[in-house]
Amino acid sequence: MSINLLALISAMLVIATPLVWAAIGELVIEKTGILNLGIEGTMVAGAFVAFVVADLTGSPWIGLLAAIVAGVGAGLLMGLLAVTLGQNQHVSGLGITLLLIALCEFTFRVRYGGQRPRLAHKFHTIADGAGIFEQHWMTYVGFLVLAPAAWWILRSTGTGYRLHAVGESFDAAEVAGISVNRTRYLALVVGSALMAVGGSFLTLSILGTYTLDIINGRGWVCVALVIFATWRVWRVVAGALLFAFADALQLQLAITDAFSAVPRELMLALPYLAVIAALAVWGRSVRYPTHYLKAYRRG
Amino acid sequence: MKHAPALLALDQITKRFGDLVANQDISLSVSAGEVLAMLGENGAGKSTLMKIIYGLLRPDAGTIQMDGQVLDISSPRDAMRAGIGMVTQEFSLVETMTVAENVALSAVGWGRVDVKATKARVQEAMERIGVHIDPDRLVSSLSIGERQRVEIVKALFHDCRVLILDEPTAVLTPQDVRALFATVQRLREAGLGVLFVSHKLKEVAEISDRVVVLRRGELVAVRQTAAVNAQELAGLMMGVAAAPVDSAEIDAAIGLSSLAGGGPEVRRRPQPDDASVLDIAGLTVTRDGRDLVDRIDLTVRSGEVVGVAGISGNGQTELVEALCGTRAVRAGSVHVDGTDITHRPVIDRLSAGLGRLTEDRRGSCMAQLSVEQNLVLEDLPAFTRRGSLDAHAVREHARAMIEQFEIRADPTTLIGTLSGGNIQKVLLARALHRRPKVLVAAQPTRGLDIGTFAYVHRQVEAMCDAGAGVLLVSEDLDELRSLADRIVVMLRGAIVGELPVDQASNERLGALMTGQEVS
Amino acid sequence: MALRSPHFVLRGQQPRWLSPVALVAAVLFTVVLTAIPIRLAGANPPAAFERYLLRPLTSQTGVFEVLLTATPLIFTGLAVAIAFRAGYWNIGAEGQFLAGAICVTWVGTTFTTLPAPVAITLGFVAGAVGGLAWATLPAWLKRRAGIDEVVTTLLLNPVALLVVQGLLNGPWRNSGTGFTDSDRLGASYDLPVLFSGSRAHLGLIVALGALVVAWWVLTRTPLGLKITSSGLSPKTAEFSGIRVRPLQFRVALVSGAVAGLGGASQVMGVQHQLTQGISNGYGYTGVIVATLGALSAVGVLLVALLLGDIAVGAQNASLVLQLPSQLGDVFGALLLLSVLAALSWRRYRLIWRQRS
Repeated sequence: MSINLLALISAMLVIATPLVWAAIGELVIEKTGILNLGIEGTMVAGAFVAFVVADLTGSPWIGLLAAIVAGVGAGLLMGLLAVTLGQNQHVSGLGITLLLIALCEFTFRVRYGGQRPRLAHKFHTIADGAGIFEQHWMTYVGFLVLAPAAWWILRSTGTGYRLHAVGESFDAAEVAGISVNRTRYLALVVGSALMAVGGSFLTLSILGTYTLDIINGRGWVCVALVIFATWRVWRVVAGALLFAFADALQLQLAITDAFSAVPRELMLALPYLAVIAALAVWGRSVRYPTHYLKAYRRG
Repeated sequence: MKHAPALLALDQITKRFGDLVANQDISLSVSAGEVLAMLGENGAGKSTLMKIIYGLLRPDAGTIQMDGQVLDISSPRDAMRAGIGMVTQEFSLVETMTVAENVALSAVGWGRVDVKATKARVQEAMERIGVHIDPDRLVSSLSIGERQRVEIVKALFHDCRVLILDEPTAVLTPQDVRALFATVQRLREAGLGVLFVSHKLKEVAEISDRVVVLRRGELVAVRQTAAVNAQELAGLMMGVAAAPVDSAEIDAAIGLSSLAGGGPEVRRRPQPDDASVLDIAGLTVTRDGRDLVDRIDLTVRSGEVVGVAGISGNGQTELVEALCGTRAVRAGSVHVDGTDITHRPVIDRLSAGLGRLTEDRRGSCMAQLSVEQNLVLEDLPAFTRRGSLDAHAVREHARAMIEQFEIRADPTTLIGTLSGGNIQKVLLARALHRRPKVLVAAQPTRGLDIGTFAYVHRQVEAMCDAGAGVLLVSEDLDELRSLADRIVVMLRGAIVGELPVDQASNERLGALMTGQEVS
Repeated sequence: MALRSPHFVLRGQQPRWLSPVALVAAVLFTVVLTAIPIRLAGANPPAAFERYLLRPLTSQTGVFEVLLTATPLIFTGLAVAIAFRAGYWNIGAEGQFLAGAICVTWVGTTFTTLPAPVAITLGFVAGAVGGLAWATLPAWLKRRAGIDEVVTTLLLNPVALLVVQGLLNGPWRNSGTGFTDSDRLGASYDLPVLFSGSRAHLGLIVALGALVVAWWVLTRTPLGLKITSSGLSPKTAEFSGIRVRPLQFRVALVSGAVAGLGGASQVMGVQHQLTQGISNGYGYTGVIVATLGALSAVGVLLVALLLGDIAVGAQNASLVLQLPSQLGDVFGALLLLSVLAALSWRRYRLIWRQRS
């Protein structure tokens, strides 16, 4: 059995990158007690908008910017429904996901018909090759800037205190002069932008094209990762790497050997099963944010 | 004190919620070094006013001034900036944060938090008023009294000059109340203005310099505490002149100990050989390793009202929950009319002859279901015919109950839209129509208007005359004295004494409730 | 000491869950919003809406197609509605639908020689059992340990899809064509069509039967009142002697079974084999159907028909107007979000009451 370790690690990093961006986005939002099931749709929108704009302008950077704008929009929509109007979070989130996916598919078909368009300019790896030092910049930023920054911000800054307080006690936050709704909006906007960036990584950096099933449940993987990590940044990163490793290993095994005793689907199902198993085992002691799934209505 | 400059002044504050006027043209002021008490019944509009001052609600009209400057307060942050701090009844602390983090929460910006410096400042603020709590402890590990002290420190941390204490003693043990009053004294000496909101006359008399009285949203009086007696304040609170009921009931309704005599003798007293309808033996309820209800033995006989007195938080709520079937029993037994219901589900308890009237009225009915649905919810089999609900019978039943219990509602009105008094009547109707052998009633008249208050008492007496027993849990000693045949006192989950009603003076009950006497 | 504070509560005398005004406003808003992508795609909005909404209803074939398209939505919508009604947030209808489809495929490719009535009955039973089984784990976790079902039911959806893909890529790969579709079910499993020349099949009758039963139980029986109570306020329901968790557990299983019936109906009535796209997101659309249908049986029927109508119209429009059929999904999702928004504004008013 021959496993190319370098290729394995490289594949792992590529697979993990969008998960890290989007899952940290979800984590930031869930800290304030909002389960954003719009994540899947937001990632699709990020991937799609980035692709279309990069295609139109010829610049992946402008595409990335557009993805961020799309993410912010999705976050604001979730905020309108789940924060301002206090609607059911999971129905709102699911509605947003369904809307964004349908809208992107519709627009894609209108614009490109049956073609398979490719970006003239996409992001390239920072050096040729497939080693650890020859990855995409979004990978480095995700692991080396975003994750440590998110960890530090949540742990040691007033911003982190605020998000924590809002997720745990509406009263404490309001009495401390922290607006629950504004904080939740902030988290939604920032978090959704991160999700959209995660989605755009696939079109702008990896594929250079857009396909209808481009996200293919990665958003749900992120939801699973965040709970599995019990709302801690480093565990989210570790979980994303673990999942990516399993997936990358499986892909390699399938290529190098005719070894497919373990169906790839089982590997792909692992993060979901792991979360459910973890919940089943530690269920009672998994401490959700107190205000998880709860709307805040001010008197 | 009269000439001290006003620190905080309210001018013509008005707030409405739909048709309900919560505050009407309220003007008052607090000076530096003054403790101003605000007295009023539940629902008089005190909490609304506090929330307006603290920016949690916006007034419809009127202004708030600090040092003569008109403030625009639209959030607690604005209030804090202006130097106003508040300690609410329900603590607003983040349980998963440390004391220091909680105290500093209102002061953090968006950037880095200097943990060391913050801790030092918190420490300093605590020392200023003589509070000693480790700033690194998680709030979830603190006692109620400690949490309240953290709340006060939180307010001081923001250099507040006026501190609002909203019903601060409601949840405290007597020792904690002493400690709180000492703290308030230090605040006064430090030149803060304190607004002390309460409905307890005794506390107001002890702690305040001046007192204002709120009734039905209006400010009805301002008095120097030294120059007013309790009767006058009570009368102002209740609006006695307008209420056509006898004075014993008024006294009972306001919980004014010094005014009430023994209860009026209106019904047959139970005899020692009457059959017991409720037998509680060795009942124990445990949570987190603490015995909230500690080996309670209690019997209620047919036709008897047994009162349970105690400072709130001494296990009364848990006792009621254990009897009602909403809290698990760890040890002991409960029999209703000879039937063991200790571990039985709610339905079995009801069929055994238990009637329930808990303190959480809104939590006892389905706000989004109609009056008629709520009336039959606990007795569905009786209204079921061939597998489906008999709509006609349900409607007729509701009409009958509405008439019998003088409920102001239609059968199809959603119960959540009714007033507290009408909800209590619906709950009373639901409990009594099954002719329970024993009624467990917790705070049955709290917050009710005088008419409903008297109505509930009459119903309780009538059911006793019909041979049922009542376990009456109340924080209102005079309600207990006017209804009960004997009164037991709970302290830290256990029964520490029992007195026949004619020996249950306030002094003796008070001594038992605070653990100074063991009978 | 009770604190008085303002609360948003349901309006007292509101005859329906949503006033017609808000509903109309939400629909108009959705129409206006949907007109934008139609316009951008170069089509004429009024003509497009005519295609979407009215054209399917102008021909007999069109009506049959609407009924056909609405059938799976009735199943999933009803499945979600009864669960939501009990306060059990089952968003796993997608997975339960797929599990039903898997089970019926197994039965239908294994016992191929049964006579039609037996085969069809067995097929539906298999579907229900599959859906029920798929719903069991989250329901059990909720009952045993109070584990939030939103996440567990949701995460089992992609797992079910992966199981389908795994089966179709592996053991169930079509033995004739080698495509990633299963073998065809035995012919006796084909559901009879309701009208000659139409594709609407017996599954619709089963769906309507389930609707009638659900309607009767929810609105006319003590059980229905208990389910509704559990959904409105579990704590209060417990206080009144309703054992909420066991009740929710049972409702969750029934919900899964109904979604599984949908999977069986779709396999036996339409595809006659298991395909990767067998669900087409019906489980997720079921959340839209249930929510827009106000969690009532009648509402589910109406919304399923409406969305079926739009889906058929969308197919038609994609051929004639070159408007991709996804616009139907856009419309459905937008309608959901608009009605959610309208709901919040119309449904509540402020009252002044005691907080416990």
